[in-house]
Amino acid sequence: MKSFVEIVRRDLRLALRQGTDSVMVVTFFVLTVVLFPFGIGPELNILQRVSPGVLWVTALLASMLSLDRLFQTDYEDGALELLTLSPTPLPIIVMAKATAHWLTTGLPLIAAAPLLAVLLNMNSSGFVTLIGAMLLGTPSLSLIGAVGAGLVLGARRGGVLLSLLILPLYIPVLIFGVGAVDAAIHGFSPNAQLLVLAAILLAALPLAPWATSAAIRQAIE
Amino acid sequence: MTGFFEMGGYAGYVWPAYAAAAVVMVGLWLLSLRGARLLEAQLRLLQESRPHRRRTAGKRTRPEEATGADA
Amino acid sequence: MHRFANPARFLRLAALVLPWSGGLTVVLLGAGLYFALVASPPDYQQGDTVRIMYIHVPAAWMGLFCYTTMAVASATALIWKHPLADVIAKASAPVGAGFTFLCLLTGALWGKPMWGTWWAWDARLTSMLILLFLYFGHMALVNAFDDPTRGAKAAAILALAGFVNVPVIKFSVDWWKTLHQPASVVKMGGPAIDASMMLPLLLMALGFTTYFVSVLILRVRAEIAGAKIRAIRLMQVHGQG
Repeated sequence: MKSFVEIVRRDLRLALRQGTDSVMVVTFFVLTVVLFPFGIGPELNILQRVSPGVLWVTALLASMLSLDRLFQTDYEDGALELLTLSPTPLPIIVMAKATAHWLTTGLPLIAAAPLLAVLLNMNSSGFVTLIGAMLLGTPSLSLIGAVGAGLVLGARRGGVLLSLLILPLYIPVLIFGVGAVDAAIHGFSPNAQLLVLAAILLAALPLAPWATSAAIRQAIE
Repeated sequence: MTGFFEMGGYAGYVWPAYAAAAVVMVGLWLLSLRGARLLEAQLRLLQESRPHRRRTAGKRTRPEEATGADA
Repeated sequence: MHRFANPARFLRLAALVLPWSGGLTVVLLGAGLYFALVASPPDYQQGDTVRIMYIHVPAAWMGLFCYTTMAVASATALIWKHPLADVIAKASAPVGAGFTFLCLLTGALWGKPMWGTWWAWDARLTSMLILLFLYFGHMALVNAFDDPTRGAKAAAILALAGFVNVPVIKFSVDWWKTLHQPASVVKMGGPAIDASMMLPLLLMALGFTTYFVSVLILRVRAEIAGAKIRAIRLMQVHGQG
């Protein structure tokens, strides 16, 4: 447990020292959302209808931005190999890194989401559900993303390949995330969709670090 | 006979479906066949041009090869 | 199973099987096409568009079957490190992708006259589309590394991670009652489809399967030859000139 916290702290420190990652991710999120009124017209009714989808899709894309750096720098300077040799089990290390990724990517996205929802004229009855759904969904995105990041270590064009691999696996989170917000907006209970998001997270928590560890060991060999 | 081609008026949907299937399946078959033939021919050429062919897989008979890569 | 681990043994077996699987493919598809296009009745409601089903449904089955083959081969490669397992997984992917693409295309051609739309975002269609992307991702990943074994192992992990999609596709039409027709063939209580339509359906499905076996053999042969070529070239670099 202690080493878990240590690794999270280390990654956070590195991220904060670099400073740019979280800011870049949120900036991308905001800019892309802002593109939509330019693209589909400023008519508020239309924006309102598409707002949950737009927010979720751009959150997905934004959280993918920093994924290829999750293991890459450590892989290149040999720190990853050292981590695999440490007494802490590799899945725990992966979970720690995914947690750090979520803290620097998912959380800022959740913080920015309500403001952007206002910009897109989203119906206010969906706000709370949006936050809740993103709280349940974004950790899954970090976990599933970690699997992809582990798989493309050392690959050519790893960044683009990562997107190709990860986006199909992200789609269930997207479907239920948007579904929850849509349900709330139309006056229905979003509980079914939120439960599915929780189930996906619960499944990803043990499975994703395990798959990522397998991928990392392949890369180190 | 015309009924066969017109497919009850749905010819524009049924025939492209079967045509697409033919294109994909025959195309994939041809590509795979070509790949296998090309590579096997290349392999034969390489094996014949080498001075000492190894008949038994995995056995190194020449001292020089023993120091080679553990491929 | 380890009898086939040696490529030479596999190649001998493949040489025996290929003429049979190839011949069976021609016979089954020929008979299937005859029954699909000529000797079966149009549907009471759907008219002659039902004939698209004889491509669409077997293609869907094959899309799932090929992925399952890929997943089993991937698991075998990772757990038992069977040398041919990686090769079989890599060779299956393009065939599965082709069938999945055909399923989606013929589905659109069937959907337009019947439902009025080329596409709908219902559970079955969406998960089949995801399956297609998983195939593409697998094919890209296998070829993304300079070291082919690294690519094969990474792709094996991906294949297993994506396998969760397969039961979702199968059951999606039952879990979400949206647009796509629910299960009529493989379901509790036996098939709900008439025998005159079942026959071409099964003939085409079997023909597609023997086709898969035939193409798989060809692709595995190509992979084995490629691996031998690489090994020889490697030795030429390291050993004798």
